[in-house]
Amino acid sequence: MTNQQWLEFVDGKWQDEINVRDFIIKNFTLYNGDESFLVGPTADTNKLWEQVMELTKKEIDNGGVLDMDTSIVSTITSHGPGYLDKEKEQIVGFQTDVPFKRSLQPFGGIRMAIGAAQSYGFEVDKEVEHTFTEYRKTHNQGVFDAYTNEMKAARSAGIITGLPDAYGRGRIIGDYRRVALYGIDWLIEDKQSELSLVGGNGVMSENVIRDREELSEQIHALSELKQMAESYGYDISKPASTAHEAFQWLYFAYLAAIKEQNGAAMSLGRVSTFLDIYIERDLRNNVLTEEEAQELVDHFVMKLRLVKFARTPEYNDLFSGDPTWVTESIGGMAQDGTPLVTKSSFRFLHTLDNLGPAPEPNLTVLWSVNLPDNFKKYCAKVSIETSSIQYENDDIMREHYGDDYGIACCVSAMKIGKHMQFFGARVNLAKALLYAINGGIDEVSAKQIGPQYAPIQSEYLDYDEVAEKYDNMLEWLAGLYVNTLNVIHYMHDKYSYERIEMALHDKDVLRTMACGIAGLSVVADSLSAIKHTKVKTIRNEDGVAIDFEIEGDYPQFGNNDARVDDIAVDLVKSFMNKIKQHDTYRNAVPTQSVLTITSNVVYGKMTGNTPDGRKAGEPFAPGANPLHGRDKKGALASLSSVAKLPYDYSLDGISNTFSIVPNALGKDEESRKSNLVGMLDGYALKGGHHLNINVFDRETLLDAMDYPEKHPQLTIRVSGYAVNFIKLTREQQIDVINRTFHEGR
Amino acid sequence: MTSPSRIQEVDQMKGRVHSIETYGTVDGPGIRYVLFMQGCLLRCQFCHNPDTWKMSDGKEMTVGEVVADIKEYLPFFQASNGGVTVSGGEPLIQTAFVAQLFKELKKLGIHTAIDTSAGCFSKSPSFLKSLDELLAYTDLVLLDLKQINSAKHKKLTGKPNEHILEFANYLAEKEVPVWIRHVLIPEITDIDDDLEKLAAFIQTLPNVEKVDVLPYHELGVYKWEALGIDYPLKDTQPPTDERVRNAEKILTAGLTTA
Repeated sequence: MTNQQWLEFVDGKWQDEINVRDFIIKNFTLYNGDESFLVGPTADTNKLWEQVMELTKKEIDNGGVLDMDTSIVSTITSHGPGYLDKEKEQIVGFQTDVPFKRSLQPFGGIRMAIGAAQSYGFEVDKEVEHTFTEYRKTHNQGVFDAYTNEMKAARSAGIITGLPDAYGRGRIIGDYRRVALYGIDWLIEDKQSELSLVGGNGVMSENVIRDREELSEQIHALSELKQMAESYGYDISKPASTAHEAFQWLYFAYLAAIKEQNGAAMSLGRVSTFLDIYIERDLRNNVLTEEEAQELVDHFVMKLRLVKFARTPEYNDLFSGDPTWVTESIGGMAQDGTPLVTKSSFRFLHTLDNLGPAPEPNLTVLWSVNLPDNFKKYCAKVSIETSSIQYENDDIMREHYGDDYGIACCVSAMKIGKHMQFFGARVNLAKALLYAINGGIDEVSAKQIGPQYAPIQSEYLDYDEVAEKYDNMLEWLAGLYVNTLNVIHYMHDKYSYERIEMALHDKDVLRTMACGIAGLSVVADSLSAIKHTKVKTIRNEDGVAIDFEIEGDYPQFGNNDARVDDIAVDLVKSFMNKIKQHDTYRNAVPTQSVLTITSNVVYGKMTGNTPDGRKAGEPFAPGANPLHGRDKKGALASLSSVAKLPYDYSLDGISNTFSIVPNALGKDEESRKSNLVGMLDGYALKGGHHLNINVFDRETLLDAMDYPEKHPQLTIRVSGYAVNFIKLTREQQIDVINRTFHEGR
Repeated sequence: MTSPSRIQEVDQMKGRVHSIETYGTVDGPGIRYVLFMQGCLLRCQFCHNPDTWKMSDGKEMTVGEVVADIKEYLPFFQASNGGVTVSGGEPLIQTAFVAQLFKELKKLGIHTAIDTSAGCFSKSPSFLKSLDELLAYTDLVLLDLKQINSAKHKKLTGKPNEHILEFANYLAEKEVPVWIRHVLIPEITDIDDDLEKLAAFIQTLPNVEKVDVLPYHELGVYKWEALGIDYPLKDTQPPTDERVRNAEKILTAGLTTA
């Protein structure tokens, strides 16, 4: 099959089947050079960005939300076109008819929608509220109809938390590139022919019926996407024929997804090298200049920075700073060993210079030790200047996910258009340890939340006894956890199915059940303390251990010390093995992550004193990080401890957040860049998975706390994403400032 | 052929270590594993690690333990052309230990450097014998030359500088690559006349690859306070950028590889 829009592209399988990877591999142009070709922003770009910064200021002054739609329920076609400045915008489209106006998305849960509106001084239209309470059930209602008492108790005690049971689950990446490469008409035809093959002559089982309904929904969604694009004056039924069209088609597809879903993470995938193919063709034919190419990237990225959802304050406590996780994965290697680095890999990172630093899109470099040196150095340079990039180890992910995967949210790899996940938030391992010691009694509420196993009676904790009881408690927790997730995802499919995102997937997708653990370093240190020194229990009048006294020093996670690092490794393996034993909804493949996002603060708040010496209410370390200030042997020892955690047992990602002062990277710019590259290479070689890099002095952050107006774009990587520092809660700002800043000596 | 018991003996040789910094980026080329040894004979008024002075503090570690720990970081050394720097304190007080350590590191192909002020250098045959062994396994010496004027040197550090300059000459004789480091303290080591004399001395050393001017900073002051020692440079400020550039210009004059 051929198309006039495909002129000059190298032929391949991609012309006969939907196969974006094949198109990329056959057509991309490797770029080994440096950043000297990059150009600054155009006058239009500057004007638009000024407008955005003004609106941003108004939004902050208005308490965090500028405007909200309270009566029109958001769907792909719900709103007419919206613009910043129609004459200047190369890429168009907003979630509603006005920029900065948040959409109303009740399908995940009407309560969340009403709560979000109320907390910012808006009120959801009574008619809408009535409809979604009386006539149209939401995901949230479905979940709570099916939850058991045990699930509800575990949820409110905070041993299982952050569950996507009140809003969109997110972490699903549509292959938005398909719309640009094939046009809507072909995609609809393809889905129609699949529909005709499902269950035609066989048994109309529940699965077949569901597949048929889902495929039909997908086809409807594709038609609506075409309609939405028409409202902006674009006909996207055929493939994109220029770079400009490719950017616009792709963005429309993504826009449809965020109009339909308010998922926690609405990630973009891996688009820069795909789009580069169109830019290269236009540059070659002299119908595009470098300035115009960069303008397309800048304007596209500007749109991605303006994705907004209505959230409640409770949500913000967990995931602070209004994140949307528009994660874009850049770089990486092809299976044949060629780096997938193009000029557009540079252009996307360069937006951090042209538009200034920003948390979104969540720019993620897929790092391989074999990436071109020039690209590595450029990444390091941008990291040092903006602290806005995260890095993930392509050399270990490629083995599992091939060379056309993207990162959803923070650290979750998935093959684009072929995998999806059921997002499962995380369990609180530190609280589970206290349950093991206290026989299932919650140390904060004094309620019996876990099973009533025999508590530990002795004054001093015995390692073997604690380890055995902990293992039993985790066994219980893993079972309850997976069952809870099964309920959530059954209901989400039923009441808030991701029509357009799934329309941009293959019919037969691989689903993962993405479990997660929080408090890893707290537990590893606690067990190390119990094993290597004496830990005495302090009990209340009911005999519940509420505090601990440690006699002497003990090895702490983050110092590359096998005596405690091995405990952490065993924990990761053992919890994964427990999860695997349970049946999952739609036969999803179980995985887990070591990731907290910013919720380490909330989890800490809900957890009592722990045997490592951490006091009740104090934050956990984020993700897989060592606890603040306990890593005492410098950056590499800290990184090496985390790198030991086995990715094979944590395929949904292992998050590590790293902060260093500029002087500790080296004396001059050149050595800072090469030392940062060396650190990333070394971490990758040691099998480390993910690294957020922050480069600044603590003083900068302190200044931003006192004078936020001076730092409107100060961006900082937290756990798997970046935030605008001034949008964090005070508590979270303090948590960030208290984290280990590697200073060297 | 070395006997197993001899191997064990080397492995078990003990040194007194103050602390470890796994990500050193200013003490030699690339990423450095910096081993801070305990003990120093100098009492520099600007010392930022006064907690390394006392010989009896710190923690005993064997060569075997240190090598095992260092091996963990091979990928970082490879990726950055880095290696190991032994600093202090004064590494030359524990020459035999450092020599054995470097011998083992060279077997692993790791770049080795010592960061010294040579306060304990002497031409006694026993010192030279162990020093020679150490230098045989040393790729680079980072040598602090604090003040070319011996009287001022004594005031600043508690000792005159003749033996330190002698050490510099000795390294030149042995053709050991050297990076000179000069801590720039306003009024004390930042005097044009002294800088020029220091430059003239450096020019006599053909083995000097680089001269680093390190602007005085106050980051170590809290340690003096913690140790309850009166900090003698209380009123001294870090040098201006202009003075730093001036010192760099004077000291690197005549260097071809700077």
